[in-house]
Amino acid sequence: MGSVGDAFRDSVLFTTADSIISWSRRSALWPETFGIACCAIEMIAAGCARYDLDRFGVVFRPSPRQSDVMIIAGTVTRKFAPVVRRLYDQMPEPRWVIAMGTCAISGGVYNTYAVVQGAETFVPVDVHVPGCPPRPEALMHGFLLLQEKIKKTRALAGTPLDRVGVP
Amino acid sequence: MSTGVPFNCAPIMERFGDKIDDLGVSHGVQVFAAPPELIVDLCRFLKDDSRLAFNFLSDICGVDHYPEMPRFEAVYHLYSLANKWRIRIKCRLGDPPLIPSVTGVWRTANWHEREAWDMYGIRFTGHPDLRRIYMWEGFEGFPQRKDFPLRGYRDKLNPFGAEGPPPTEPDLATKNIP
Repeated sequence: MGSVGDAFRDSVLFTTADSIISWSRRSALWPETFGIACCAIEMIAAGCARYDLDRFGVVFRPSPRQSDVMIIAGTVTRKFAPVVRRLYDQMPEPRWVIAMGTCAISGGVYNTYAVVQGAETFVPVDVHVPGCPPRPEALMHGFLLLQEKIKKTRALAGTPLDRVGVP
Repeated sequence: MSTGVPFNCAPIMERFGDKIDDLGVSHGVQVFAAPPELIVDLCRFLKDDSRLAFNFLSDICGVDHYPEMPRFEAVYHLYSLANKWRIRIKCRLGDPPLIPSVTGVWRTANWHEREAWDMYGIRFTGHPDLRRIYMWEGFEGFPQRKDFPLRGYRDKLNPFGAEGPPPTEPDLATKNIP
């Protein structure tokens, strides 16, 4: 190789645009600092030193406008559902939703007039994390699944985000 | 029920004996049945009489006795901080249930009465601000009534509910759902 090859030898790599975009997206998933019920306690534990979600690039942000992920951590009452929806609407795209715990997935034991029977009824959910409440490991697994999903999203090819399957 | 001087209902019976019924002691608490139109006078007496001094209103709750008649009941739990006494007053109400507000006696009655209104539809006449307290503005129905389905009415957010009129949306934000 000539002088051009020498100049770029240590600082050039070859990849596809889709790969590097999805890599950057999945490596800095910033969730909203937002918990509704007891699941939020496990979410907080997952973020603290013992489980340390930061090592996956998961850093809690204080505003939906700075966030990529919404963790619905708790029972969503009908009165509160519009607030959750508004938080979702305020997030910039691309955005993802994790329904954490039985209540957020299906209403759980609260099959009553006051509780929304699953967050899926008012926001698109990407990952369901079952448990009552799920342990921090389960939430971490949820984030890893979400990363897998983003990895398979072809950002430039325009694959609709909601059509990408999780393995 | 308490330490110190045992509860003595003589001052109450002396003043209201011909209008209220002594229902005896239930779960360690003396119970009286009173007609709804007497509730404000009775409560003011219980609070202001120095021998009784029921200065703390613990709770007001509603009861739906459907299909019994009269259908509704308002229950007042009072506590005397000075004497460490508790009493319970029960008022049977018709349909629609109406009872004078005791917000003039204890200010804390405000939210208790809003709760009973929200859940049972008991209307407290003279209440300064009788709005719902748990359910959202515009919600229709009274969820703790026995003829209200526990699972609510079926709609977009509640696919398992009973057939019937769907509750109104709490906010316009949910209308954006595709």
